[in-house]
Amino acid sequence: MSLLMLFDDPSLRETAVRESRRAFLGKSGLLLSGAAVALMAGNDALAANAKSVESDVRVLNTALGAELEAIAAYQVGAESGLLQKPVLDLAVTFQGHHKEHADLLSKTVAKLGGKPVAAKTKYTFPVETLKTQADVLRFAASLEKGAVSAYLGAIPVFDNRDLAKAAGSILGDEAMHWAILRNALGEAPVPSAFVS
Amino acid sequence: MMRRAGPHVIAPLAVALFAAAATAAPATKDAAPRGDAIHGEAIYARCLACHAPAYDRTGPRHCGLFGRRAGSVPGFAYSAAMKKAGIVWSESTLDRFLANPLQVVPGTAMGYAGVTDRQERADLIAYLKRENASSACTTR
Repeated sequence: MSLLMLFDDPSLRETAVRESRRAFLGKSGLLLSGAAVALMAGNDALAANAKSVESDVRVLNTALGAELEAIAAYQVGAESGLLQKPVLDLAVTFQGHHKEHADLLSKTVAKLGGKPVAAKTKYTFPVETLKTQADVLRFAASLEKGAVSAYLGAIPVFDNRDLAKAAGSILGDEAMHWAILRNALGEAPVPSAFVS
Repeated sequence: MMRRAGPHVIAPLAVALFAAAATAAPATKDAAPRGDAIHGEAIYARCLACHAPAYDRTGPRHCGLFGRRAGSVPGFAYSAAMKKAGIVWSESTLDRFLANPLQVVPGTAMGYAGVTDRQERADLIAYLKRENASSACTTR
């Protein structure tokens, strides 16, 4: 099953249909929130569900923001002139993965009735500390390690298990990035049996 | 003849006594563990997808954190929940928030389960304090 299919499963579609009313009303400016509408209608279960979806959308949007920043960071690395082939190719490949993550997260937020965060017009990176290829790799590794931890911390708070599963899939990809970057730095690629 | 107290009387009394004993117990038992900034730096690596000490990223900067009102870094796009959280960041408020961010500030954008280990939180806070006192923060 592809990751795209994970996000396109029936339970998500059902949730999206429920949320479409909220999204429509939200766009029309008539709505406090989906939860409020459901409560007013006396449907506690739907209200609880809407609150869960809102929470999931917030988590997805935070992940999307971090992915967009990672894309920008890899762009800085690729354009720095410090990366030599084949490391440069790796960086571009990893950036492509982050683009795929961001695209999927963005579509999922929209499908759930939320508004995907956009890339910032400007990001701040510690470019003054990036003098060598190893500096760039170390910086990228720190972002990837952080991303692994962020997804690990996000998985338990997703209400929708399919979203948690998809986040686990992204976590695995970012853990591989981290390991390969560590390996390129001459460090143990997998420093321990568990990630935290 | 003196009536003997039944179990239904003894149980609440025992609970009250245990509670009183706990209150009177030396504070060291429940005192916050001493933080190790060096270990805390390793814990902080978990935050680096979204945070940096000196500049805003997906999350706000951590320089100037202690004594700062939650949701108050100028120009940072906080969640509505964080802006109205009414928290001033200190060792104790950070400890509580980091243990379970979504429970302490429902609606926060920090969709993270938390640092559940008390010692790890103490270490992380010790690192944040050290960073805040360092030139990386004080010169900005």
